[in-house]
Amino acid sequence: MRNTKYERIANEHKADENRIGNAIIAFISGGVIGMLGEIIIEVLLGFGINRTEAIPIMIVIFIFIASLGTALGFFDNLVTKFKCGLLIPITGFAHAMTSSCLDYKNEGPIYGLGSNMFKLTGSVILYGIVSAYIFGTIRYIIGGM
Amino acid sequence: MTFYYKNVYLEETATITGPYEKNGPLRNYFDKTYDDLYMGEKSFEKAEIKLVKDSLIMLMKKSGINKKEVDLVVGGDLLNQITASTYGSYGVGNGFVGIYGACSSSVLGMIIAANFIESNFINNAICLVSSHNMTSEKQFRYPTEYGAPRPKTATFTATGAACSYLTNEESDVRVECATLGRIIDYEQKDPNGMGKAMAPAAIDTLLRHFQETGRTADYYDLILTGDLGIYGKEIFKDYLSKQYKIKLINYNDCGVMLYDLKKQKVLAGASGPVCSALVTYSFIFHQLKKKKLKRVLLLATGALFSPTMLYQKENINSICHAISLEVI
Repeated sequence: MRNTKYERIANEHKADENRIGNAIIAFISGGVIGMLGEIIIEVLLGFGINRTEAIPIMIVIFIFIASLGTALGFFDNLVTKFKCGLLIPITGFAHAMTSSCLDYKNEGPIYGLGSNMFKLTGSVILYGIVSAYIFGTIRYIIGGM
Repeated sequence: MTFYYKNVYLEETATITGPYEKNGPLRNYFDKTYDDLYMGEKSFEKAEIKLVKDSLIMLMKKSGINKKEVDLVVGGDLLNQITASTYGSYGVGNGFVGIYGACSSSVLGMIIAANFIESNFINNAICLVSSHNMTSEKQFRYPTEYGAPRPKTATFTATGAACSYLTNEESDVRVECATLGRIIDYEQKDPNGMGKAMAPAAIDTLLRHFQETGRTADYYDLILTGDLGIYGKEIFKDYLSKQYKIKLINYNDCGVMLYDLKKQKVLAGASGPVCSALVTYSFIFHQLKKKKLKRVLLLATGALFSPTMLYQKENINSICHAISLEVI
């Protein structure tokens, strides 16, 4: 039973979400992550590593830092403060995976960690691979090798 | 469905809480508090079981009853298979009834126990409820360490266990009557706006309670809802006054009372089965015993919410049970 009168009255008592504020925070914090990534790449270039190899190394460094932060228990506080700025980059992916692991560590390595590790990130991996395949195919058809 | 009781008394209560409740305004009324969410256990689930055990031990100590003298234990919580209640109350009582009414379990348990006592099948019963912020996060939302950003209308599951001892031996506070709720579907879909989802159930039960007893809002010194939160509370009041011309003056919400909403980061307020029980069994029970309040109506609201059904595009149904406590 949908009660339109109830909906009307209930909608008068909605919370004011600070969407613009949140977006600005996420924009800045996400931008800072991007900047840090670029700095890491520049440092790696200084060591004579070429750019194609430097990018995965930078990503691995971020995954490590985010996972460690999750494990030590402060990354979730940062997420609460900086919101999607930390969740959208690779740090969010690592954080989602590690936090799922931590949740299920008591159920053991098979039924706990193993089967729940990709609870949140499974979709990201699946659709990431599927879309990479599709777009890769399209690019191959249009642009050739 | 309103039941009247002549012979059921709320003799004693026990409340155990976690750190957030300890920092709230009602801290002095709780029997025992923990600074840590693990309570010295290895997992959050075990921590919740520990809370239940602690509350039962505390109740035995305060009321001086033996665990073998308890006729019935009625318990409920939010975990799958209500494990906190079943594991936590092992060894206590000669009978156990496990219930699930989401956040309305506190009053549902009292109604079941009161009906058993009134019908003279048993002499006494313990009603217990528990919830743990982290176990319910894990079960209903995201992993505990994820810290997903949530809107302001979302509520914060309270951590704690509370139990009450109902008996047919006369004491200060009487369970006077109770109205059993029914399942309400207002096509609510937002799991982050439980106050809005549950307010219709509270309204339905309150109206039926007034209708069946012939009472008005003035009859009670205080009308309490379970865990509507700041937004749900306003919806509840506003809808009653606009649609039914019922002005609630002596009204509050347990979810709003449990935390200091200005200082603590708990969004719209507390929720969970233990929320209404923590407030009622500590502060309200204290006020009743001191005779500062004489008649209190508690409307425990529950969102019968399942992530599975929500992903399958079903609505969030809600329920609300009411119980009236009186000072003799």
